[in-house]
Amino acid sequence: MNGKDSFFRRPGVQTFLSSIICVVFGLLLGYIILLLINAKGASAGIVTLLKNYMNYPTRPAQMKYLGNTLVKMAPLLMCALSICFCYKAGLFNIGAAGQYVVGAGACLYGALSLKLPWIACLLFSIVIGALWGMIVGALKAYLNVNEVISGIMLNWIGLYLVNMSLAPVKELASPYTQKVAAVNKAALLPSMGLSSLFSKNQYVTIAIPLSILTAIVLWVVLNKTAFGYELKATGYNKEASRYAGMREKRNIIITLMIGGALAGTGAAFLYLTGFEEWSVTQSSVPGMGFNGIAATFLGGLSPIGTIFASYFIQHITSGGAYLDKAIYPSQISDLIIALIIYLCGFVLFFKTVMNSRRPAKVINNANDTEKKGGKAQ
Amino acid sequence: MDTPYAIEMLNITKRFPGIIANDNITLQLKRGEIHALLGENGAGKSTLMSVLFGLYQAEEGIIKKDGKVVSIKNPNDANDLGIGMVHQHFKLVQCFTVLENIILGVETTKNGILQKDEARKKVMALSEKYGLMVDPDALIQDITVGMQQRTEILKMLYRDNEILIFDEPTAVLTPQEIAELMQIMKNLAKEGKSILFISHKLNEIMEVADRCTVLRRGKYIGTVDIKDTTQEELSRMMVGRDVQLVVEKGPAHPGEVVLDIRNMTVASKVHNNNAVKNVSLQVRSGEIVCIAGIDGNGQTEFVYGLSGLEPLVSGTITMLGKDITRATIRERASEMSHIPEDRHKHGLVLDYSLEYNIVLQRYWQPEFTKNGFLDQKAIRNYAERLIEENDVRSGQGAITTTRAMSGGNQQKAIIAREIDKKHELLLAVQPTRGLDVGAIETVHRNLIRERDSGKAVLLISLELEEVMNVADRILVMYEGEIVGDLDPKQITVEELGLYMAGAKRNTVKEGA
Repeated sequence: MNGKDSFFRRPGVQTFLSSIICVVFGLLLGYIILLLINAKGASAGIVTLLKNYMNYPTRPAQMKYLGNTLVKMAPLLMCALSICFCYKAGLFNIGAAGQYVVGAGACLYGALSLKLPWIACLLFSIVIGALWGMIVGALKAYLNVNEVISGIMLNWIGLYLVNMSLAPVKELASPYTQKVAAVNKAALLPSMGLSSLFSKNQYVTIAIPLSILTAIVLWVVLNKTAFGYELKATGYNKEASRYAGMREKRNIIITLMIGGALAGTGAAFLYLTGFEEWSVTQSSVPGMGFNGIAATFLGGLSPIGTIFASYFIQHITSGGAYLDKAIYPSQISDLIIALIIYLCGFVLFFKTVMNSRRPAKVINNANDTEKKGGKAQ
Repeated sequence: MDTPYAIEMLNITKRFPGIIANDNITLQLKRGEIHALLGENGAGKSTLMSVLFGLYQAEEGIIKKDGKVVSIKNPNDANDLGIGMVHQHFKLVQCFTVLENIILGVETTKNGILQKDEARKKVMALSEKYGLMVDPDALIQDITVGMQQRTEILKMLYRDNEILIFDEPTAVLTPQEIAELMQIMKNLAKEGKSILFISHKLNEIMEVADRCTVLRRGKYIGTVDIKDTTQEELSRMMVGRDVQLVVEKGPAHPGEVVLDIRNMTVASKVHNNNAVKNVSLQVRSGEIVCIAGIDGNGQTEFVYGLSGLEPLVSGTITMLGKDITRATIRERASEMSHIPEDRHKHGLVLDYSLEYNIVLQRYWQPEFTKNGFLDQKAIRNYAERLIEENDVRSGQGAITTTRAMSGGNQQKAIIAREIDKKHELLLAVQPTRGLDVGAIETVHRNLIRERDSGKAVLLISLELEEVMNVADRILVMYEGEIVGDLDPKQITVEELGLYMAGAKRNTVKEGA
């Protein structure tokens, strides 16, 4: 076998390459849009976007704002993992957005209304998120309701339920919920000394390492355990896994429960840091769950790849905030990011293009001598 | 036009990483002949056809049409040269009519409006000329597989193709439909069409073909005139050794009852009637009981009911004295091995590696899973042993994706898995479907070895020859009922055919 050839044919390498192609295309497109609006500032603009926290002159400031990027990466990663995990079992969990919403509602309700400590708030988010996923799973398993339809419906149900339940704990003068740090300090996630690494950024908590750890655990579950074997088999071929005696209905429900728990945890990882408050008048589902879809695909549907994809997406999202508002309208950063995220969905497309250069299926089977000969070369 | 050949493929070589799929192969198709292409699974037949059809480019060799060198870069080029193909799996739109499928892609329109009348006339004329008898207004989903195939043939004829490729066309047909297809192919050849007939059913080749080219493991073995050869010679050329076409087996020694089904009724998914009606039967250890019948008479639903894939409407199933009527699939699997009818739908997770597929029902057992973690090493060792013992061939051994394996080797892997698994009953559903002579011989020998080691074997088969050769007892299923309990030694194929067609029935002896 030709060594160079087989390197580029390895699925991992192909995924990595197609992800890079997507990113480059996305940035190029973003650059063109900057050029169209104002040619002079375009080059500086795209550099600003990419530099993100590096736009700050001093190292402590850089570290602090790197911290902010990481704080928002954690929930994105959890949503992406939720989608990735369900996708492996053949389910498209677009309801992750709603599971994230109810997770946010649960932890804020726990922190602000019930005055629970952080660990209880976190568990509350996990349980409510899992419950939200379970509804989708049960509908799919017993009534064959498509998980995309029921997921999207539940996104909205979740949003308004959360707005309703959090209304009593909002600030008087604004639509935002009260600050967790002001009302119930015990509900803030502990930092365990991590904030000192990021110039005392108080929002840097154990959420960041926990989200990365979750990704690694999921990778192990999917690739090394009998449970993962079963889930992936169900995802690849439902009929064959039924034939092999796997309980497909139970697996669908468990998968979506885990997915829901992951997305719900993601919300707790953001709102229990105090980095953001919930607006009880918002009428659109937060984009976190949907951006998770992009991160999943950009990450090549692998939990490990998803870590890097989530970081990248959050990196440019944060970087967008530094674009010169005098030259560009403030929506421009969102637009560019949306373009890049949109292109992330093309990872699979690029992979298919790369694959089309090799035979669609190998028809023949070498006889033994040929096989050995091939290996020896 | 000074050459008698419609198409010539000269010295074709096509390599894939690690494999030479076609090694210097020459195939010359004369005008108006039926030329069979014979070879085992994975011999390179499909690759050669893909080269001819423009799906692959050969590294070496040339293709000539009517003596002139042509280059075929994609299927459109092939179409332009008048090459048409009936694929094994039909490419038809289920919710379109026959006529709509035929004209699909070459519709005549006037101001953007479909002009079907002209097309209908042409289709009817073609249908008449070659004796195809298809109703142009029937929906594909409502017509039999045989009729669907005729639609595919009409599609080629409608496009005025001169060179017709049939890729294992008889695999999906009933014996009657096969006979009709043979006649159609002869009619086509008589009218000057050149036919390439890919098959590994020797009797069909002997009946219909003029010449036959044999491939083996990617190499060209030879081309013979059918009138100068025998089935034995063809099978020797194909397999490379002598093959026993008749199964050798001693008398059966039936023991205790392993499987006892009483009054089983299973609902149908496609119509409101029950697909299996009140079926009672017993299988004893040390015997092969075969359920014969024409496809679609309730065999599939019977298997689903027995294996637990579908619930029973009524009736009981008892195995080794234990009532398993409501047992889960996994509980049943502890004593029952099941070679499924559809290996892609049920038998394999095609995107999994061969080794993962070999432990498909057993991955959770302590042998392969420790504390919830898969024991990759144990799985690898086990898979490699089965691969070795059963001569399952694949590109990269245990880690080959099963999707990349040939059908015959996929089937070998399933059979190896099911036979090695602990079981008292082997439920084998069309285990030789789509296999070549050499592989069929192995499967049959495996079934008989199972029987002789005291297992109960329940074989469901559509192949008359297989039924007659392998079974110790034949039960005929017709419209969901068992209509005959027969001894293969005492009946003729013709008589069996009458039972299968529902023209004859005998009372089934209770508990026989």
